[in-house]
Amino acid sequence: MATYTEKVMEHFRNPKNMGDMPDSDGVGEVGNPSCGDVMKVFIKVKDGRIADIKFQTFGCVAAVATSSMVTELAKGKTLDDAMKLTRADVAESLGGLPPIKMHCSNLAADALHEAVKDYRKKTDEA
Amino acid sequence: MTSMNVYLDNSATTKVDPAVVEAMLPFFTERFGNPSSIHSKGVEAREAVEVARGQVARLINAKPSEIIFTSGGTEGDNLAIVGAVKAAHASDSSKNAVVCSNVEHPAVLNPCKDLAASGFSFFEAKVSASGILELAEAQKHISSKTALASIMLANNEVGTIQPVTAVAKLCHENGALMHTDAVQAVGKIPIDVKKLDVDLLSLASHKFHGPKGVGALYIREGVKIKPIFGGGGHERGLRSGTENVPGIVGLGKAAEIARENLSADIEKMGKLRDRLIDGLSVLPRAFLNGDRNQRLPNNVNYRFLGVEGEALITLLDEAGICASTGSACSSKKLRASHVLTALGLADWEAHGSLRLTLSRFTTKDEIDYALEQIPQAVNTLRRMSPVWAKLEAGEKIEDVKDGHVH
Repeated sequence: MATYTEKVMEHFRNPKNMGDMPDSDGVGEVGNPSCGDVMKVFIKVKDGRIADIKFQTFGCVAAVATSSMVTELAKGKTLDDAMKLTRADVAESLGGLPPIKMHCSNLAADALHEAVKDYRKKTDEA
Repeated sequence: MTSMNVYLDNSATTKVDPAVVEAMLPFFTERFGNPSSIHSKGVEAREAVEVARGQVARLINAKPSEIIFTSGGTEGDNLAIVGAVKAAHASDSSKNAVVCSNVEHPAVLNPCKDLAASGFSFFEAKVSASGILELAEAQKHISSKTALASIMLANNEVGTIQPVTAVAKLCHENGALMHTDAVQAVGKIPIDVKKLDVDLLSLASHKFHGPKGVGALYIREGVKIKPIFGGGGHERGLRSGTENVPGIVGLGKAAEIARENLSADIEKMGKLRDRLIDGLSVLPRAFLNGDRNQRLPNNVNYRFLGVEGEALITLLDEAGICASTGSACSSKKLRASHVLTALGLADWEAHGSLRLTLSRFTTKDEIDYALEQIPQAVNTLRRMSPVWAKLEAGEKIEDVKDGHVH
């Protein structure tokens, strides 16, 4: 098993903002069940900022922890700032990830970006 | 129930029996001689090695002269496969093929692949959905060109027991040798090399309460193998290197204890295994991997859809339970277990598999604690899983076979 930082374990044990959001303004889903990682991020947008955020994740310890962390980092941010959050920011905020987990299990930032894009697409269409 | 420490990963390794440790101790500091030395210190070490050889031979109904000591299962498998294939090919150049099943341990698969890279033909026979190698499938691959077939006696992940005797018969009809990796089977099912009719059998001490770093290879009288190490010609010239005397003594003692306790152990572990299987079967979308009947008495392997293995193992570890998984994320590989996918499981299903393996020291209280904790951990992960949400909504999960590149 990979060795995780205490911060990773905290987020794994007590994930923040976990759950469904039926009335979301944008949803992003990334990953591949074959790889053992699927992440879904839901956002609620108010005045150009992420007012609420939730995630659902199927995946390893790192996948759950990065999902939880990205929701914490994104909450309250403007959509532009949320788009600037990177995988590296998420890993860094968790005190680092084992090298093998940097790729497949560190998709939470991508899921967030997809959710923002989904929101923008919907609002553009509206 | 209060927190407990429950070790259910006995197919990875086992606790050394205290009686084994006691038997080994004098061979570190008092009886430390080299068995090749002529003086009395050497003689007492040689005697101890030969006692152990007898103990291992009795466990599998072989002659002591048919046992050589190795560093463990991996070395035994490599020596048996590479050594026997090269010897067979040297005496008859038409013998140029090697056969194994697609659920073998890497210690068998990789030497077979190495032989293939050096010009031998290599065939992998496929197991059925329950993990059993059907004879008709073995027949497709074993021919007069086969030098050796290697079929494990019992699988390390799903505990499936293979029809080794029938495959051995097929080998012998074709003038081929038969090797079996019995690493997981020792101490869990009766092993008799005469009944199995195998030419080579490898075993590892640490899987049945002996120390790590020592094992044995049974080589039927008259079967030729080429050594893979060059050296001083120990172990009848087949395995050079000064004997690991304390380890060998420990292996011998563990073999003796395994033989004496075998029927009681089988009954005890079998009952607890069934309790565990029955207890887990009440979970929704939970399925037993492997065959229900042709199965080691100490193996349970369940898949819980919508859950990823490493996360499950970690939650269980926090609850004091040591288990293992068929998930990619548990190891350095990024692929689902080749054994579980050989059973026809999709990668995403294989990722949610949990292996629980018992030993003679496992208790009913430990199993009941596991039965309390596992459903909690599975439910915790399912509550956060979008895959579980999709399954609950009746959606189909597709395996995306585009590799693992994001």
